[in-house]
Amino acid sequence: MLEAAEVFKVFQKHRGDAIVIPTGTSGRQWMNFTTNEKRDLSLGGAMGHTTGAALGVALSLPSEKVVLFDAEGALLMNLGILATIAGMKPQNFYHILLDNECYATTGGQPVPNAQEINYAGIAKEAGYAAAYRFDNLEELERNMDKILNEKGPVFVSIKVIPAIENEPIGMRQRPATRNRAQTIRELQEELGIRVE
Amino acid sequence: MVEQQQAAILRPETMVEEFKKNRVTHVVTIPDSETNYLYELMRKQPWLDIVPASREGETFAIALGLSIGGKVPVVLIQNTGMMESGDSIRGMALDAGFPLVMVVGYRGWTRHGVISDTAARYTEPFLNAFRINYYLVEQDVDAPRISVAFEEARKTKRPVAVLIGDEYHGFNR
Repeated sequence: MLEAAEVFKVFQKHRGDAIVIPTGTSGRQWMNFTTNEKRDLSLGGAMGHTTGAALGVALSLPSEKVVLFDAEGALLMNLGILATIAGMKPQNFYHILLDNECYATTGGQPVPNAQEINYAGIAKEAGYAAAYRFDNLEELERNMDKILNEKGPVFVSIKVIPAIENEPIGMRQRPATRNRAQTIRELQEELGIRVE
Repeated sequence: MVEQQQAAILRPETMVEEFKKNRVTHVVTIPDSETNYLYELMRKQPWLDIVPASREGETFAIALGLSIGGKVPVVLIQNTGMMESGDSIRGMALDAGFPLVMVVGYRGWTRHGVISDTAARYTEPFLNAFRINYYLVEQDVDAPRISVAFEEARKTKRPVAVLIGDEYHGFNR
């Protein structure tokens, strides 16, 4: 298993101008590595539906590379979205799953069949253009640039160490971050998108 | 007489015309048997993209993403699926605050006699619980209400529902 921070360090070197959408407890660490906040989108959560929202962004902006850092607990709630993504064939969509094998935000209980399930296999068979699994940092580093230059939709499953939270929600410390509306507005300004 | 009969149904062509008039770019949907003709008609429109989902909750999330990129999505689902989408409607539509027309097949709706289908019985209470305004559309003559829904969604940056109370007639030829 890798530290999510190591994954983000590797990705950041190859990000370019990609729009980045992080989600899940591991995804929160992206804010420590991003150098282009105006192209980071926070889409909030609603029982794992960030994946669908990220697909919508990719479909609406076909000339922009869209990278989603997803979480396996979220994805399991809506596995059918993989079929929609595969069917819509967004060539600009990179779906990176940070698989910590548990619901880290509720105390670390394992997700169903946490250690044996093969998300990359499911994505590939759903019809993604390509799918990869990594559990080794050097291998990830060697392949990241190539993967981000492939035609999507591409799925990448990476085993990461969970950042388990076990305090009552009201007592958890959260650094000040931009809210969803702000990230959407700033991305739209950056890209010159005018919404009625 | 024929004209009167046609006016008494809601033609799929009317729905598509309303979508075009309101510059809809994407229909995010789960097809159902009652709306198959509408689905086929939408597929023939070069200006309209269909995004098929596999669970209704996904449609609101996909619509949010499309909206961020400047597109004009519509969600087209049945009332049963809408009820299952509660948290997605909350988190991805209401909290996100963007204009969205949700076209909802009103399964079980009847103007005549007693409504026995619980899907219909809970549809309006569900929308009321979420403070989502809605317009009932049963026939072609109700079509202007669809544009009213679009206008209201744009103005309020909120979801507005169009309840299709004629699924079992005009949409399934």
